Amino acid sequence: MTPPAPVMEFRRVGLTYPGPPPVRALCPCELTVRHGEFVAVVGPSGSGKSTFLNVAGLLDAPTEGTYLLDGIDTAALSDGDRTALRGRRIGFVFQAFHLMPHRSATENVMLSMVYSAVPRAERRSRAREALARVGLAHRVDALPGRLSGGERQRVAIARALAGRPSLLLCDEPTGNLDSGNAETVLALLGELHASGMTVVVITHDREVAARAGRTVTIRDGLLAEHPRDTAPRAERNPA
Amino acid sequence: MRSRRPRAGRIVEPSRLTPRDALSEAVAGMLQRPGRSVLTALGTVLGVGTFVAVLGLTATTSSRIDSRFDLLTATEVTVEDIAQEQDEFAGPAFPADADARIGRLGGVRDAGVYWTVRLGPDVTVRAAPVGDGADGVPVDVVAASPGALRAAVPRLAQGRLYDEFASAKAQPVAVVGASVAARLGITTLETRPAVFIGDEPFVVAGIVDDVERRPDVLMSVSVPRTTAERMWGPPGAGDARMLVATETGAARQIAHEAAVALRPDHPEYLKAVPPPDPRALRADVTGDLDQLFLLLAGVCLVIGAVGIANTTLVAVLERTGEIGLRRALGARARHVTVQFLTESGVLGAVGGLVGTALGVCTVVGVALARDWTPVVHPAAVVAAPLIGLGTGVVAGLYPAWRASRVEPAEALRH
Repeated sequence: MTPPAPVMEFRRVGLTYPGPPPVRALCPCELTVRHGEFVAVVGPSGSGKSTFLNVAGLLDAPTEGTYLLDGIDTAALSDGDRTALRGRRIGFVFQAFHLMPHRSATENVMLSMVYSAVPRAERRSRAREALARVGLAHRVDALPGRLSGGERQRVAIARALAGRPSLLLCDEPTGNLDSGNAETVLALLGELHASGMTVVVITHDREVAARAGRTVTIRDGLLAEHPRDTAPRAERNPA
Repeated sequence: MRSRRPRAGRIVEPSRLTPRDALSEAVAGMLQRPGRSVLTALGTVLGVGTFVAVLGLTATTSSRIDSRFDLLTATEVTVEDIAQEQDEFAGPAFPADADARIGRLGGVRDAGVYWTVRLGPDVTVRAAPVGDGADGVPVDVVAASPGALRAAVPRLAQGRLYDEFASAKAQPVAVVGASVAARLGITTLETRPAVFIGDEPFVVAGIVDDVERRPDVLMSVSVPRTTAERMWGPPGAGDARMLVATETGAARQIAHEAAVALRPDHPEYLKAVPPPDPRALRADVTGDLDQLFLLLAGVCLVIGAVGIANTTLVAVLERTGEIGLRRALGARARHVTVQFLTESGVLGAVGGLVGTALGVCTVVGVALARDWTPVVHPAAVVAAPLIGLGTGVVAGLYPAWRASRVEPAEALRH
């Protein structure tokens, strides 16, 4: 059986901030995330998680190596193209939700389609669809202030989904949530993974990481693959 | 920039921000903080409002001057007798053939000498020497040559004006104003009525019910100059004047020539008053005061611009997270620039519109209070919101540039 196509491929990708003094934030590393995988990147604070997120999310360009997203070499892209690729192929979920407080859930979700040339008429229906998918069909008109933390994060996930990304990139998605809300959000991420979405979660929380099929640890800018005793995966990263 | 990547063999469709989306995002951004937006727009409101009000009030007052300076005044020259000021022994300055002399100048339509006759204190104007009409009415008697009557452009209710023949023969004829005729009880000329000035009877030749110049004709009894001189003597010192109605454009030239034409021997005895020079009038209007107010409007606009710049800059700093989010969602740096520029531009334009409305209201209010006709140039009304828009855009340049420099990775951290 041929393994699914890779969604993100790090080939000796590293990032060094020029300084002075130069800081190696991400050591050259290899990582392949294939379509439909649920990968957790775990590390304590200061380990280089944010740098990994920025590089994987095309918010920062690596200083060495090659990063292929959906087979597209991102190093060769101009800034504008990298922005466009980010907008279309990556769905971000942040710890701080980053919802616009004066806009309803639907309008917040619609924002993800403003820059990707989705016709205005289509945006609302797609936003409702995405909200229904995260179980918020009944809160479509609510302002973020009227939603619980878990609901807010689900709106943010709906926003990420509405853009129909290839990769859902979550940065500490449960960091601001109590255990109950964290549980619903993690369950939702599990559901999305089950329905075929590629999910990468960056977290310091081992419990969150336990949900993922695959765990990659990061420490001092070094990425390391950990074979899991419980559920070893067939299609392991060859590197 | 095209986004085809031959190596990948795929197309990355570029991010876009349609003008409609830019506008709706900008308006939504403004409405996030409505109170602050209102206060921010206030400077522009004041600046543009002052601008429109000053231009409108200037136009309103100059239109009043325009109405004073109409065709009638532009074709009117008055010649005054100042002989006594020059030489106390000089007689009346106007020669007997004054009308004919001035009539020979090019561009003169009608001209004539007139003065108010100084009657004795017990001399009144009566409809009849005895009986009911014997009570005199205090009415001026004006000696006026036929040309002086015609130059007033009278409209006759009945009869006609006296002519050169009557004047040459010094006939006792009179033209009366409609209101005088009513007071004297003269209703028709069919019966050949007469009025008595003192005890002298004058046949009423015509009743004038309106004039364009010399409204005193309506309130008085006009008799030929020659008749008046025969009965009551020459005019007193400085009493006589000449009214000259000219062709359009000839007035200033005639005013220049009149004294010499009338009195080649003593042109200094006469003083011709030309119509006001319209250029001088306009120069008065755009005086220092208006420039001061326009300067004030400019200062208000600058303050407004600084206000918008300040608020937008604060908004950019406050909304760093939003900017980061937009960048993560595919907004390019210039989309962020466009959004914030549109925001400040819309703020300025709304301020400009409100300011225009307030400015026009001010002009109308002042005009109503003074009973003037409000005049606002359409160009000022159209230009004012654009000035507001321009102010907003200029004010937004720096904040928008700052917004575009926000590093998304940095902005999204918290």
